Amino acid sequence: MKITLGTVTHPGGSRVNKTGSWRTASKPRFNHQACVACDVCALVCPEGCIFGTGQNTYYANEDYCKGCGICAEVCPVHDIEMIPEAGEDG
Amino acid sequence: MVKVEERDKFNDHLLASGHTACPGCGQSLAARLVLRAAGRNVMVVNSTGCLEVFSSKYPESAWEVPWIHSLFENTSAVAAGIEAALKITGQLDRVRVIAQGGDGSTADIGLGAISGMLERGHDVLYICYDNEAYMNTGIQRSGSTPYYARTTTSPPGKVSRGNWRPKKDVPQIALAHGIPYVAVASVGYPMDLDRKVRKALSIRGPKYVQIHVPCPLGWGTAPERTIDFARLAVLTGLYPLYEVENGELRALKIPKKVPVEEYLKEQVRFRHLFGKEDRKKEIAEIQGIADQNIEKFGLIVK
Ligand SMILES: Cc1ncc(C[n+]2csc(CCOP(=O)(O)OP(=O)(O)O)c2C)c(N)n1
Ligand SMILES: [Mg+2]
Repeated sequence: MKITLGTVTHPGGSRVNKTGSWRTASKPRFNHQACVACDVCALVCPEGCIFGTGQNTYYANEDYCKGCGICAEVCPVHDIEMIPEAGEDG
Repeated sequence: MVKVEERDKFNDHLLASGHTACPGCGQSLAARLVLRAAGRNVMVVNSTGCLEVFSSKYPESAWEVPWIHSLFENTSAVAAGIEAALKITGQLDRVRVIAQGGDGSTADIGLGAISGMLERGHDVLYICYDNEAYMNTGIQRSGSTPYYARTTTSPPGKVSRGNWRPKKDVPQIALAHGIPYVAVASVGYPMDLDRKVRKALSIRGPKYVQIHVPCPLGWGTAPERTIDFARLAVLTGLYPLYEVENGELRALKIPKKVPVEEYLKEQVRFRHLFGKEDRKKEIAEIQGIADQNIEKFGLIVK
């Protein structure tokens, strides 16, 4: 076995970890009704997995969303809701 | 190479998704915001701790910038060496150096190396992510743990009321080195944090920025309330946000004083202070710390 000094790896390789599988209870639903494109949900998402380009376009990439719920908590117009993981109908 | 999905083409985060921090982790958010402010032309040295562990699960890295981890205690020494090498090769104009670590690394174990780096005048920005305990090893108290907080090494019980020592004031220790910029920020105020990191990186010489980062697991708080608790810490006066640039102090004003109970009562680490009559004294003492901060930093406009 070749032993190297330390470990060197390529940038951003963590993207292979689909941390969305961590969600146990709920996930965010972006209602796209009252969004003012303030971008706060995207700014404060600890996973950096919320994106949008204007009013009512925001979404969370469910491959990475861990369901923490911060986005729904901070949305100033309450346009994001946490819904059961299994979807609307439970 | 990992393929970036088409629909996430706006994903230019320098701390990538797929890191393994707990849901609602304040530190992972703060680290992403720091890099957002710093941009690509940085080299980051990270001490041992949650941030290092959750961003570098072997063999992956969440970092899109050059990043190195060596030990728990020598972060600043490594950063100082990198800065010296960049300087001698004439590259310090293009690349900025950031050294970062948790509060345990900063307030306790790495403090000597930090002091040396600040004192020798290296052009490095040191960032402390203050979650107020040694979280990565299971919530032991650090020098930065606040009064009366429960940790696994300061458990409340018949005799103990939790952490028995006041929080170590590392920003003031940094200031005592006579460095050009010291700031205290919070993940609850992302734009203030952004401004302070940009400001710090625009200044030559040693800089120290400390960021308050709630830890849902260690504090016993709901993951969705990370931002709320960060803001409450500021609004109560318990975590004053200020900056000192070349000796001049500027503090973020708070609109009106929020009683410390509002901040303490929903955190498991302070739960032992509630429900029993005889714990009023401890809460009054914590209120005393907040009142002192409000006075000292002029947090409320009279
Ligand atoms: C010299 C040394 N002592 C102890 C440890 C074990 N250790 C690893 S991470 C850690 C806690 C880090 O705490 P902090 O710096 O506050 O960062 P956090 O995990 O809370 O973000 C400890 C004690 C170590 N790696 N090296
Ligand atoms: Mg810590």
